[in-house]
Order: sequence, then C-alpha cells, then structure tokens
Amino acid sequence: MNEAKPDTRDSELAPPALAAALAETWRTPAGLWGVLAAVDHKIIARRYIITAFVFLALGGVLALLMRLQLAQPEARVLSPDRYNQIFTMHGTNMMFLFAVPVLEAIGVYLVPLMVGTRNIAFPRLNAFSYWIFLAGGALLWIAFVLDMAPDVGWFAYVPLSGPQYGTGKRADVWAQMITFTEIAALAVAVEIVVTVLKQRAPGMSLDRIPLFVWSMLATSFVVIMAMPAVIFASTSLILDRLVGTHFFNPAEGGDVLLWQHLFWFFGHPEVYIIFLPAVGMVSAIVETFARRPVFGYLAMVMALIATSILAFGLWVHHMFVAGLPRLGQSFFTASSMSIAIPAGVQVFCWLATLWDGAPVFRTPLLFVIGFIVTFVIGGLTGVMVASVPFDTQVHDTYFVVAHFHYVLIGGAVFPLLGGIYYWFPKITGRMMSETLGKWAFWLIFVGFNLTFFPMHILGIAGMPRRIYTYQPDMPWYGLNMFVSISSLVLVAGFLVFFVDAIRSARVGASAAENPWDAPTLEWATTSPPPSYNFAQIPVVNGLSPLWDQPACLMVASGLRTDRRELIVSTVATAKPQVREASPRDSIWPFWAAVATSVMLIGSIFTPWAVVWGSVPVAVALIGWFWPKATPEDEL
Amino acid sequence: MLAPAAVLMLAGCAGWQSVIDVQGASAISIKQLIILFVAVCSVVWAMVMAVLIRALWQEREERGRPADLDPQTERRMTRAVIAATAMTVVILTAFTTASFFTTRALSLANHDDLTIKVRGQQWWWSVEYLSPSEQRLQTANEIHIPVGRNVRLQLEGADVIHSFWVPNLAGKQDLIPGRPNTLTIRAERPGMYRGQCAEFCGLQHAHMAFFVIAEEPAAFERWVNSQQQSATDPSDADVIAGQQVFLSRPCAACHTIRGTSATGTTGPDLTHVGGRKYIAAGLLETTRGSLAAWIADPQALKPGNNMPMVPLNADELRSVSAYLASLK
Repeated sequence: MNEAKPDTRDSELAPPALAAALAETWRTPAGLWGVLAAVDHKIIARRYIITAFVFLALGGVLALLMRLQLAQPEARVLSPDRYNQIFTMHGTNMMFLFAVPVLEAIGVYLVPLMVGTRNIAFPRLNAFSYWIFLAGGALLWIAFVLDMAPDVGWFAYVPLSGPQYGTGKRADVWAQMITFTEIAALAVAVEIVVTVLKQRAPGMSLDRIPLFVWSMLATSFVVIMAMPAVIFASTSLILDRLVGTHFFNPAEGGDVLLWQHLFWFFGHPEVYIIFLPAVGMVSAIVETFARRPVFGYLAMVMALIATSILAFGLWVHHMFVAGLPRLGQSFFTASSMSIAIPAGVQVFCWLATLWDGAPVFRTPLLFVIGFIVTFVIGGLTGVMVASVPFDTQVHDTYFVVAHFHYVLIGGAVFPLLGGIYYWFPKITGRMMSETLGKWAFWLIFVGFNLTFFPMHILGIAGMPRRIYTYQPDMPWYGLNMFVSISSLVLVAGFLVFFVDAIRSARVGASAAENPWDAPTLEWATTSPPPSYNFAQIPVVNGLSPLWDQPACLMVASGLRTDRRELIVSTVATAKPQVREASPRDSIWPFWAAVATSVMLIGSIFTPWAVVWGSVPVAVALIGWFWPKATPEDEL
Repeated sequence: MLAPAAVLMLAGCAGWQSVIDVQGASAISIKQLIILFVAVCSVVWAMVMAVLIRALWQEREERGRPADLDPQTERRMTRAVIAATAMTVVILTAFTTASFFTTRALSLANHDDLTIKVRGQQWWWSVEYLSPSEQRLQTANEIHIPVGRNVRLQLEGADVIHSFWVPNLAGKQDLIPGRPNTLTIRAERPGMYRGQCAEFCGLQHAHMAFFVIAEEPAAFERWVNSQQQSATDPSDADVIAGQQVFLSRPCAACHTIRGTSATGTTGPDLTHVGGRKYIAAGLLETTRGSLAAWIADPQALKPGNNMPMVPLNADELRSVSAYLASLK
C-alpha cells in the first residue's frame, strides 16, 4: 500500500453503496462501443455460447441434408460435389465451430465464478478470441454459400487436399478456418490456465478446486499442447498450395503420411478437448442432483490428468490401415485401450456417487443418465476400434461413424445440454421449463439411439463412410431409410430444446441465487451475476463451500472499488499475494481481430497478404499494449 | 440394447461386402475376434446398466446434510471402485493380447506367391499380375484368384489415397502415393466378393468398387490363359464397324485393347472388358445396353469421373458397344 493517492476500499462501504461503486467500476458501456469493447467474461462467453449453438443448428441442417440423400440408393437430392462439401462442412463445423468453442465458452463463463474471481485472466485476449472465432466461422459459412466450401473431409488428407487434386480455393478455406479457430482456442486455454492457477479465491487450495474447473484446466493444457501440431500442419498445407513448398508431395521428397501424423497428433487429443469439459459438467451435475459430493475426488482428478496425458499417446490408431509396422501398431493398441481405464474410473465414481446419494430427477440429471448409457457404448466401441485387426474391418465405415457420434453426442453433447439446463438460471436469471426439458431429453435420447445405433450394423455390413450414395443392389437400403426417419426424432428433440431455451430466456420463471442448492461458488452470487461477479471475494475452506457454510460465506476484504481489482493467489494453496488490476474495456482487441482476419483471409489468395496485412496487425497490437503508466498490481 | 443388436448384427449381414459373412482366412480370424469383443463388451455394458439402475432406483434412508459422508459407506465404495477398475484392466489386457495374437495369425504371403499389383486411381482400380512371370497380365476392377492360396497384393496409390477393402476376405489396407503397401488375401471358398474403396478419394469415392473372384485352381488357370490372349479379331460386320469407331475416335487415346492400335493407359485396359462382370468400377453389370448407356453419357451415370463424353451417333454407339461386349 505504498500509493499516495487515497483510494476506496470495499471494507469501507455498506453493502448497497459497495454494490453501486463496484457496478460503476465494472460496468460495460452501453451502445455499439460497449458491444465492441466489452471484456466482461460473462458477456464474451454468452456471445460465444450463442454463436456456437447457431453453428450447431446449421450443422444439424447439413446432417439432415445428408440423411435425405442417403435415405434411398442412387438418390439425386444432392450432387456428389455438394454432398462432399456438406459432409466436410458438417464435420468441420461441429468439431471446430461448435463443440470446442461451446465447451470452452462455458468454461469462460463459469471458471471465474467457480474460483471466486471478478474476471477471467487476460480479458482483452478473451474478447479478441471471440472475434477471431466469429471471423473463422463466417469465413467457412460464407465460402459454403459461395459454393467454395472445403470438400476434402474434416481431416483433409493430402494429396486430395494438396495443390494437385484440391483445385480452387476450397482446401485453403478449410486450412485457414483451422488457423482462426486454433488461435481462438489457444487464447482461451491460456486465460483459463492462468485464471485457475493464479486467481482462485483465498483458501481454494488445489484439493478444493471444483471438478469442472479441474477438467477445464486439464483441457486447456491439452489445447496448448495439441493445437501447435495442427497449426503447423494447416500452415504447411497452405504453403504447399500457395507457394509450392513440398511438405506433403511424395514426388519431391515430401510425405503424405506426415500430414496424418501431424493432424492426428492434434486430432485425437481434440476428442478429449471436447470430452474433458463434458465430464467436468457431469461431475458438477451428479454432485448437485445426487445430493452429495462426487465420490473419489482424488481419483477423479487423477483420471482427468491421466486422460490428458494418454490423449497424446494414441494418435496412430487413426492410421492402423496406413501400413505402419506391426510392432508399432500393437503398442498403439495397448495405449489406446489404456485410456479406457481413467474413463472407467470416472464412470465408476459417478455410479458410486449416485448409489450413495439421493438422486433428484430433474432435467440436468436425466441428460447425465443418458450420457452414461450412451457414452459407455461409445467407450466400448472405442475399445473395439483400438484393436488393429478389428479396426482393419471397421475403419472408415459407418461403424466408426456410429462410434464417434456415440462418444461426441453421447459423451459431450448430452452433458452439454444437461449443463445448459443446469446453469441456464445462473446465466440468464430464469429457469428453463422442466416439462419441455423432459420432452427434449426423451426425444433426443431415443432419436439419437435410433439414428446412430443402426450405423454400427451398416458398418459391419460393409458400408464405407463418406459415400454420397450406394447402389440399389447393396443390402443397406432399409437401415439407411430407418436411420433417416429416426433422425427426424432427434431433430424434433433439438427443436424442443431451442424453443425452450429461447422462450425461457424471455419469460421463464425467475431464478434464485442457488435454485438447485448446489455446492460451488458460482451459486453464491445473484442470477445472473453482476458485472463484478462478487461484491466481496469469497473465502473457501472446503470442497463444497455452499454446503459447508450454508448460512453465510466468509469473504475477504480490502480490494479497491474505484478501479477494477482482483486477488492474485498462490498456485498450490491459494494464499492471497497481490491485488491485481483487471483491464478495462478496450476497442483494440476488436481492431486486432479485424486486422488479423483480413491478413489470414487475404493469405488464401496471395502470400503478399501476410506481408502487407501484418502492418495493421502490428498497429492494433501496439494500440492494445500501449503502456498506461499505472501500477498493475499492489501488495 | 447391445446384446440383441449384436445378434441382429450377426444375423443380418449375410451377403455382399460383409464383415460377418466371411470366406477368407484373415476375415475368419478377425470375425472371431469381433465376436469376442462384442460379447464381452455387451456383458460389460449390461453390468454398468444394472448398477446404474440399482443406483438410481433403490430404497434408501434419508440422508443428512449433503456434505456429511458415512466413512463406512465410503470405504465400501472405494473397494467396489477399485475392484471394477481392476476388472477393467484385466479385460483390456485380455483384449490387447487377443488382438496381438489375431494380428500374428493373419495370413502373410511370401514372394513366391501369386503377386498382383493393384493401383488405385480416381475412381477405378488397375490390376496387373506381376509374378509368377508366366501369369503376367493386365486388367481392371476385377481380380481373379485361386481358392485356398495366399495372394500377395502390392497396393499403390496413383493419385490420392485410396483403401482396398474386401471385407469377406480381409481387413482393409490403404493405397498411398509414394508408399507402397502389401496385403495378403486368401479365399477359402470359391465365390465373387465385392470390395470398395474405403478412404475418401474425391467426387466418385462412392462408385469405386471392384470384385475379387475366387475360383478353383484349374478354372483360374483357364482364366489366366484367356486373359493373356490379345483381343480376337472381330468377324461380325456390326462389331467390325464398332472396332473402327473405337480406333478412330478418342477412345483409343485412353484405353488399351491388346492386338489393336489402341494403347492408351489413362483408362482401364479393355482387352477383355466384355468378360468382366461389371463396368465403371462396379457401377453397372456388363451388357451391351449398359456399355452403350455408359459411353453415351458417362458424366450422367458417374458425375465427375475422368471419362469424357465422346459424341457418337446412334449407329456408332450401337456398334461400339457391340464391339466392347464382344471382347470376352
């Protein structure tokens, strides 16, 4: 406290005056300026979530178009060219524009609240991340409208996506969209790591971090380690296509398998980038609705960490038919199977929690039950495809299509929907409808299984994936028709969900601070939370603060109210270290994102875009980081 | 759900291109492995579901405050979770071992066995019998093999990556430009087995099928002999006219018909096209009519494929299809 100027501390103000002072300090300005300059993690996260759900709906429409085409043999609903664009768009969109962003966004919303801080670390980077994500999504979808969408599959194998066979700009659009979403994802990952490690409420030692926060931390480390591989891969692809480097050209000493190694070194961890936040949500929901803490906290944390490490050791199981040496393949069979152990541990711990608890069957718990039923199937078929000989028969067939939809929809979308029902009151201040929620759950659960289970059988019956049609003499017609009809049930379920979400956001019943009687800190503030999250920073002395201290929460005081301040604490024991200033609103992240987008999109067409485009990027970054001559943190 | 579905899976997949209706040595071993995995996994799933149902719907005493835990229950559940995890490890170890031994048991041809080079190209298969040298020959989209013998396939990708897959006989293997792979197939029973490209390879990935025809050794020898012959000179007037059309039009620039001046190599070798079961990589059964339809407008039947439409009048079309159909 070596500052000469007098300041206002939260301990000096009565509650109403404190709230008013904090609201003034932390508010996001109104109007267009406020929209573009906002750095509040809740505002950014809400945008992220809504945008990602728009992409989900668009991706769903693509899936329906594919089912329409495949319902009958030799149908002519879509041309092969359009079909190939559509399945590529569906995969790319769902992985890069829906699943990863939406789960990270929920982390952006919840992690600062769950660890009891006032904003995410690097809030301007957070704003930048959203704009970049939006630009990447817009790039992909505008290309689709212009008939320029990628048509090489979501893993864009060379040489098909290379300069010789992937003509036009389609593969470049794909590769550059990857760059956008990776930058966005990396930014968020860095913010979450720092928020979790350095901004936890006093007393929230490592063993008191909520499991959802642990899962986001593990995910963020996986993002930081996996994304560079795919950024390198997609950049080399663009270089091959734009300036004729020969990374992947076998005729010039390049190697087509190098692409697969690089892509899957990212691509397999990608699955866990999607799955780990989802299991964090499952833990949060199980805990609240089983009415007891999750059984085996330490085992759960270890399982999360083990999964994120093992995730990097099994990419080769995507390449079991590429002709790698058999010994190496056996190693990757073993490593792929071993990841079922931490997954199993988590399932067993949730079952134990439910067994000993007193389950309350509200919609979030229904989605978690649906998750366990379907995810276990997906996990078991995952064990099947980990076996090399088994995989040589089902690789690239509808069996695999079924498998990864069980893992991604069963394993991640079910928990996500449960999570939306669970946290909706916190985010919007209104409850979603329990009746519509149950309808949505049953339609989605039944529709999902009827749509995707038969695909296992289609794969066994020899149907390869990514075919735009099949001949009438193949025995696949009946099941394909069945799958196409079932997909309508699934769509109906999602429609109910969307209707419920939109309706409830406007006219749902008002939510109290803690409508589910949940144990974690995000429920210790109003619904929706104020711009400053907590009037005073909570102090934690257990794993379930709101269950341990039900009457009133202890708080720390001494933060300034006349400027944005939060507590920086130690990594292991969360002892307060300094008061850190949190950045104010700024327009520069927006301009930096615009400049970056122009440069990246321009580089699809000419390498010179990188040269000239870097000038505005530099200007925007200088504006962003211009020194303010005020101390950043104080003891 | 998994168990009845497994039964359905086993019962419902007889016929073409099935992983379960196996006729080849490798596919037979893999099928046994598949049955083992599916059976064990079905039991595991059923057990998890039983525990889940019991956990959700059991009579239970009132709990105290949510954070109050009963140490005795915690200890019991710790033991249960450890036991379940141990069981998982045992099952996974067994699976890994079974998988390893299945891989070792898969048939592996050596260099004295019949060796066939298969080149995958957008969107058809070129087939060249390499050794033994007295059996050298060239064909497309149809591979004849003798029953009960290992056959070594040398797999090459000519343009992009393709994948060679005849599920009734063996698992798949990729054809990768710049990295030749080999695959051994061995049919235990005579028959015609359909295969299809299994790695997305562009516009007509869906129409890139082929057939493996397994025959008794004597029949196979006869087939080899007939394939090694050049095309017979036509005698029928219509067919002679068809040959003239073929040789004077762009056809000959891409296709070879041994014994004529047609020596193009961009498209499939047509020396004995009339004797193959299908044309256009499994698209149509070979008949005069289907040949005429294909030549009249290949882009309508297989949009995006590399065969251009050659404008022919009705007479030319009739005679050229008669000529191709005569090339048995």
